[in-house]
Amino acid sequence: MWAPRHIKDGVDISDRSYDEKVCDVLVLGAGGAGLRAAIESHDRGAKTLVVCKSLLGKAHTVMAEGGIAAALGNVDPKDSWEVHFSDTIVEGQHLSNWRMAEIFAKEAIERVYELERYGAVFDRTPEGKISQRAFGAHTYRRLCNIGDRTGLELIRTLQDQLIARGVPFMDEVMTTCVFRESKTGRAAGAFGIDIKTGRLLLFRAKAVILATGGSGRVYQVTSNSYESTGDGIGMAYRAGAELMDMEMIQFHPTGMIYPPGVRGMLVTEAVRGEGGILTNSNGERFMSKYDPKRMELSARDVVARSIYAEIMAGRGSKGGGVYLDISHRGADYIKKKLPSMYDQFLAFADIDITKDKMEVAPTVHYQMGGVRVDPETAETSVKMLFAAGEVASGLHGANRLGGNSLSDILVFGKRAGAAAAERAAAIDLPSVDGGEIEDEISRVLSPFSSVGGANPFHMKEEIASNMWMHVGIVRKAEDLEAGLAELERLREEAKGLKAVGGRAYNQSWTDSLQVLDMLTVCEAMIRSALERKESRGAHTRSDFPAKDPKWLVNIITVQENGKMVRRMVPVPAPPPELQNLIKEDD
Amino acid sequence: MGVTGEESKEKKVVRLRIQRGAGSGTAPPRYDTFEVPREDGMVVLNAVHYIQSHLDPSLAVRWNCKAGRCGSCSAEINGRPQLMCKTRVDSIDGDITIEPMQAFPHLRDLVTDVTANWKVAAMIPPFTPKANAGDTFTFYQADVDRSREFRRCIECFLCMDVCHVVREHEADYIGPRWVVKAASLDMHPMDGLNRSKFMKDAGGLGFCNITKCCQEICPEHIVITDDAIIPEKERVVDRHYDPILWVYRRLRGRAKADETR
Repeated sequence: MWAPRHIKDGVDISDRSYDEKVCDVLVLGAGGAGLRAAIESHDRGAKTLVVCKSLLGKAHTVMAEGGIAAALGNVDPKDSWEVHFSDTIVEGQHLSNWRMAEIFAKEAIERVYELERYGAVFDRTPEGKISQRAFGAHTYRRLCNIGDRTGLELIRTLQDQLIARGVPFMDEVMTTCVFRESKTGRAAGAFGIDIKTGRLLLFRAKAVILATGGSGRVYQVTSNSYESTGDGIGMAYRAGAELMDMEMIQFHPTGMIYPPGVRGMLVTEAVRGEGGILTNSNGERFMSKYDPKRMELSARDVVARSIYAEIMAGRGSKGGGVYLDISHRGADYIKKKLPSMYDQFLAFADIDITKDKMEVAPTVHYQMGGVRVDPETAETSVKMLFAAGEVASGLHGANRLGGNSLSDILVFGKRAGAAAAERAAAIDLPSVDGGEIEDEISRVLSPFSSVGGANPFHMKEEIASNMWMHVGIVRKAEDLEAGLAELERLREEAKGLKAVGGRAYNQSWTDSLQVLDMLTVCEAMIRSALERKESRGAHTRSDFPAKDPKWLVNIITVQENGKMVRRMVPVPAPPPELQNLIKEDD
Repeated sequence: MGVTGEESKEKKVVRLRIQRGAGSGTAPPRYDTFEVPREDGMVVLNAVHYIQSHLDPSLAVRWNCKAGRCGSCSAEINGRPQLMCKTRVDSIDGDITIEPMQAFPHLRDLVTDVTANWKVAAMIPPFTPKANAGDTFTFYQADVDRSREFRRCIECFLCMDVCHVVREHEADYIGPRWVVKAASLDMHPMDGLNRSKFMKDAGGLGFCNITKCCQEICPEHIVITDDAIIPEKERVVDRHYDPILWVYRRLRGRAKADETR
């Protein structure tokens, strides 16, 4: 079982040969959305292949802590999909697509029960039902949770289902582009690198599902994993798909700030859900000034901006954040409800949260924008190219509710898998143009022949620091312009990106290619942020501090004739029966 | 060491010895030494990142969450299997030697090939709800708490690395991580399978001789041997080696039914 195997020798750096894999539905990414899509596609009889950049089971979904939002009404019987729908639209500051929010709120309930039937073990109510906890800006207690390890349980459960079904997967494969058939314009496959060996791979498929997650790594202080570099958004953009709401970046209010090596690491909202209190250096419970009604459980954008304002006003903690205290709940309760947080602070910061306060500050957490999709099928503007999860846009609008991402990935992962499988059954395998394959091989291998000396790891740091400095929580035109100028300099520098060493497990090579997509993602974010001359949800402009009804539009970013262009599209208005469900808080 | 100048220099820099190269060849491994500026609260993975970014971009290291949650950055640090992202530099006196996990085929530098685990995962009879489970399950927090520990596993495979059966013998034993998986399914309140025959035969549970190394190094503090392996062994014994229960089951005619209960 564990006998040593012979490892193939490395590939020559100039080797242009590739292996070909053929399937009906190609799923890129194996977080919650990708796994759920693959299970659905497989169950509907499509020959499915999952390809993911990290090891199976390591995707960023694993980091989700607090819970999965669905209106089961187990703890608060008054809860319903209608209220969940309203909360989602209101939190999204009316930029969300109403139909996506409707589908989401309705289907999240069944997706949670389905996950339980797949084997996930949720915490229980005294009656033996799935327990639900309070979370910021949810009207009712709605987050089904598994301690503070909900994401881990979700991904492990789906991973087990994938393996039990025998769905083929290839982990540690980085895809580099999506191909389209020239005569029909349909998605026709993808190109990739087998990271372990350095061999090149051509994937031919009738449908491609992007489930590649977000791009939080373009920021210096982020809770996101290594692989969240926006490759999927870059690939979609290069394939001609429309992006939407790229200016909308969620700053989670509470990230660790000390020690420096772990800055940005998430402190789950569940700490506040379980009664955590935020105070400034004067010991004031400052949320009473900003949202006296909801206090610490206000919307994420409100809490993040409040913390930012306290720090800017000189009332920050000694480490440059604010204090978060849960110690009043007692050691037993904390260790039971927040075991990971207890371990995390003890291991990294020598702080015992059952006794001492935490120091926290906002950290980049989630991207509401991404690839524009059809609400029913999750199809992008490119035929037979689908997108689900954080890589897609439209559900969360200008701000995402905590816990909504885990239900998002299940609801739209399943829908993408279903639509892709059904549509793939009706068509023949599209062709991929040989010239395009050759061009992509040249592009992919170019870092080996680069004469420059740019270090991709260092460049990633430069990109991240530029975004942190110029495209932060509070933005203004001057900063954004400066960010754009720095981005142009970085783009020049990127021409000299250099892969050092051979092809097998060479991150200086794969990271070089990631840097190129990160630059594209950053440009789309900055240009959209410049465009939106108002403050709405996660997007705050100090030069346009008010929300402006004329900006009830989605900003679309698309590549035309090699140039990045933008279009404004009014947010579709919900039909009256849904409009009547929307209850503004204030 | 011992010289004052050396000592103050020691405090400002971290010296790392890192195994380099590719393949599980027979030649002795090569080591490179790097000096990295020491930072407050620094973990080993931070130091490795500094090397990639400033000293040698060709250094290969697998990592992802940098928060002790994903289990990607497993390695042997001064000979002890640990997560690089969770090992504080200030917890180690002197130089830090980092080597890849030894139980798995070596790919390059600090990276090993752990894909054999997926083949083993596929062998384990999956979660199968009881026939009367219904569409929405009813069970209680006490049932949840019983298997919660096993569900903390982040699949870092450090327990597999430290297991001498997996590491040094070509035995057909699924290894500690996969016994924990089986235990988590066996203790699932709604699971209807009995995995003891699998554990006895294909699972090779008998190969474990309870040295408890796995539970000592688990970064999630899962008490692997005491809480998972021994109860699984007891289940096998009850089912297959207990003569009284064997006679009882024969008399009740339940021998067959029990396997698929």
